[in-house]
Amino acid sequence: MCDQTFVAATFGPCDSCSKPSPLMNIYIKNEATNYCSLCVEMMACQGLQKGETLESLKRESETLKKKLEEERNKLNDVECNVSVILCWPILIVWDAFTLNKEHGVPLPCTWVLACAYAPSGCAIACGGLDNKCSVIPLSLDKNENLAAKKKSVAMHTNYVSGCSFTNSDMQLLTSSGDGTCALWDVESGQLLQSFHGHTADVLSLDLAPSETGNTFVSGGCDMKANVWDMRSGQNIQSFESHESDINCVKYYPSGDAFASASDDATCRFYDLRADREVAVYQKDSIIFGASTCDFSLSGRLLFAGYNDYAINVWDVLKGTRATILFGHENRVSRVRVSPDGTALCSASWDSTLRVWA
Amino acid sequence: MTIRTARPNRAQHFQPRLYCLKKLESILLEMQDTKSGVKGTEQKLNITTIPHVIAGNDTIAWISNKMKTTTEEAQAFGTMLVAYGYIYPLQNHKKLVMCNDSSLYRFQTPYFWPTQKWVPDDSDYGIFTLLLHAVCLCFKQAHYNHLHEWLNHKWDFIVMQAAEQYKAGKERKKPDRVVFDCQERAYWMVNRPPVSLSNSNMFYQQAIMRSKVKSSVSLGALVKYITTYKNHDPLLASCLPSNPWQTDHDAYWTLNMRRVEVPTKMRVERWSFSLFELLSDLRGRDDFKIFLKKEFSGENLAFWEAAEELKWGTSSSMSTKAETIFKTFLAPGAPRWINIDGRTMGLTVKGLEHPHRYVLEAAQTHVFLLMKKDTFFRYLKSPTYKDIQKKALNPEPHNFSPANLEQNALNRSPGIHPIILWQQEEEEKAKAAAASAPVDVKAMMSKIDRKK
Repeated sequence: MCDQTFVAATFGPCDSCSKPSPLMNIYIKNEATNYCSLCVEMMACQGLQKGETLESLKRESETLKKKLEEERNKLNDVECNVSVILCWPILIVWDAFTLNKEHGVPLPCTWVLACAYAPSGCAIACGGLDNKCSVIPLSLDKNENLAAKKKSVAMHTNYVSGCSFTNSDMQLLTSSGDGTCALWDVESGQLLQSFHGHTADVLSLDLAPSETGNTFVSGGCDMKANVWDMRSGQNIQSFESHESDINCVKYYPSGDAFASASDDATCRFYDLRADREVAVYQKDSIIFGASTCDFSLSGRLLFAGYNDYAINVWDVLKGTRATILFGHENRVSRVRVSPDGTALCSASWDSTLRVWA
Repeated sequence: MTIRTARPNRAQHFQPRLYCLKKLESILLEMQDTKSGVKGTEQKLNITTIPHVIAGNDTIAWISNKMKTTTEEAQAFGTMLVAYGYIYPLQNHKKLVMCNDSSLYRFQTPYFWPTQKWVPDDSDYGIFTLLLHAVCLCFKQAHYNHLHEWLNHKWDFIVMQAAEQYKAGKERKKPDRVVFDCQERAYWMVNRPPVSLSNSNMFYQQAIMRSKVKSSVSLGALVKYITTYKNHDPLLASCLPSNPWQTDHDAYWTLNMRRVEVPTKMRVERWSFSLFELLSDLRGRDDFKIFLKKEFSGENLAFWEAAEELKWGTSSSMSTKAETIFKTFLAPGAPRWINIDGRTMGLTVKGLEHPHRYVLEAAQTHVFLLMKKDTFFRYLKSPTYKDIQKKALNPEPHNFSPANLEQNALNRSPGIHPIILWQQEEEEKAKAAAASAPVDVKAMMSKIDRKK
């Protein structure tokens, strides 16, 4: 079940390097200390300390895990007597800067796999295992029941894996497990164009940022990434060099290239004008699949989230890894760079969203 | 994520959905009831008649009546029944949807229902295709060849089975045979949606003929892009005055808001990178409009904006928008007539007789290229741009002490809600539209005359 833990941010001088920064409360040899994130990383990377063996550390982690479970179960005795019924799953709109939850939309018994914000900021789209993609108009009134205004726009014959608004609030592009992508008119729910060509589930899509703005790329379980023309529904280009499912595709900021993240633990960079793959981002030490990727504003950095709970940051031009971001306690499901490029947000199966800057 | 086989194996999807399919089947049984179910008629096919056909609109009406829902939902439900193979269309058998008209459908025999749990085997499909080949349905030709190659090892078995089935089929009565053929074909339509191989060959040919660029050239362009934007990337270079996520101070965002009087130097620099950047930043677009007003050439940008609105707008407003655009920009003698070449104008005007979303595409691209190659560079050299460059702010980088940082963290404010921003934007647009309404020259002239 989703365990809602709020991380309290304390600020101050670190106990080991005495530099002022956001602190993490950790326990070393059963003593509570406050380290800054860099020192925690360095400590974690150090080998076994004196007096520790692999077995002792494993045993320690097991006991700590059991203790955590006990603590959590202790808190489970409270009953919910609130008038507002909270049902999971829920769609939350956050103000990431103030950590406020702006809107919460309870969704009746569905798994949401994709969500998107409208360009105007007035609506959100979400879709998932209910085979539909719905658009929910947001309002300034906090007490309004947003779930009642939910409107089903897209209808597929299998789950909706990705959705994105085009340049306006009026059109929605969706990709689905039935192997097709589709463009919908939000107001009428009409299907404007459908895109056939994948032979397996389509897992992700991204719209081109270029001035003509008429193409988008989709990646699927058939290991192919296809570029489509939105006007005609035609498949313009196709790239098949991955060795496993493509989980995420993302355009380069100039619109002339795109990157893809796949279960084969690599991210690949494809150039559209040269019509070929130009770089592979992989390392022997990375064996878990990449589930998501995104570019920084200039396109120099590629952030990719992996199933081994880390985010690897690749240098796009050099093809080497610039750095790793640790912090999540479970798979990273999505990373996105903010539109102004100031920060990176990562979402994970450990039910937290983290903002990195 | 599991690795899926190349063909979508629909049977695999059914196993977890058995519960929901069983519910569907109970509804289907009710639909087939002769007294309270969907009204059935007969279809005449040349000389034979096929009994028990149902019409699309009847089915949808029955569903919406039974489940007390709207027609749209009933239509969606009907489409699901067709997509999963419980009801199959007789006329347009390749398109698995339920249409709310008099098109005809039939119930699929329970033998072919998805819950029967037998996986649609490729060798069965081979037998089916072979039989069809004997009856010469040409859309399966390429498919037949492909299957032959693929199932080569089992081919003798398949031929034998097909021959047996053909003999047994001959002994059935004609209407039964027609019905069975329809049912079988519908079953395979759901489980092996036809992939046209000739299409994929054409695709490869097109791909070979497509003009490609040398990777050195395209990679060079990427490097150039990165170098140009390097200083503007807050994750690589410092962000003036400070990155709000690091110092909890939102000066950066307030200084770069949509309708700020004086933009920052970095922002103004970014406008010079390309016309696309200038137009994407709405503050830049405003500045560009001021320049164009001075040059009396604002109609190009206005046309481009109107065409964008048409492209991305709702389907219902399309025809009215297309008409207004034609009257304002394209008609001979229009108040804001744009100057495009004769051929494009001809194509566009012709297309506007039957307006669709992309009817202005050619004209829009032409106008955009015109602006990009000519007006944009003139703008960069113009006094308007130089003026704003001089006025642009260069904020001092913040220097916060730990106490300040803590203070900032406590003072974080939510900022303006995007909905309010959007409302403000809409108001401004309405005001601008009213202000820039084409000046009626005749009225003005007559006003001047009257004054005299």
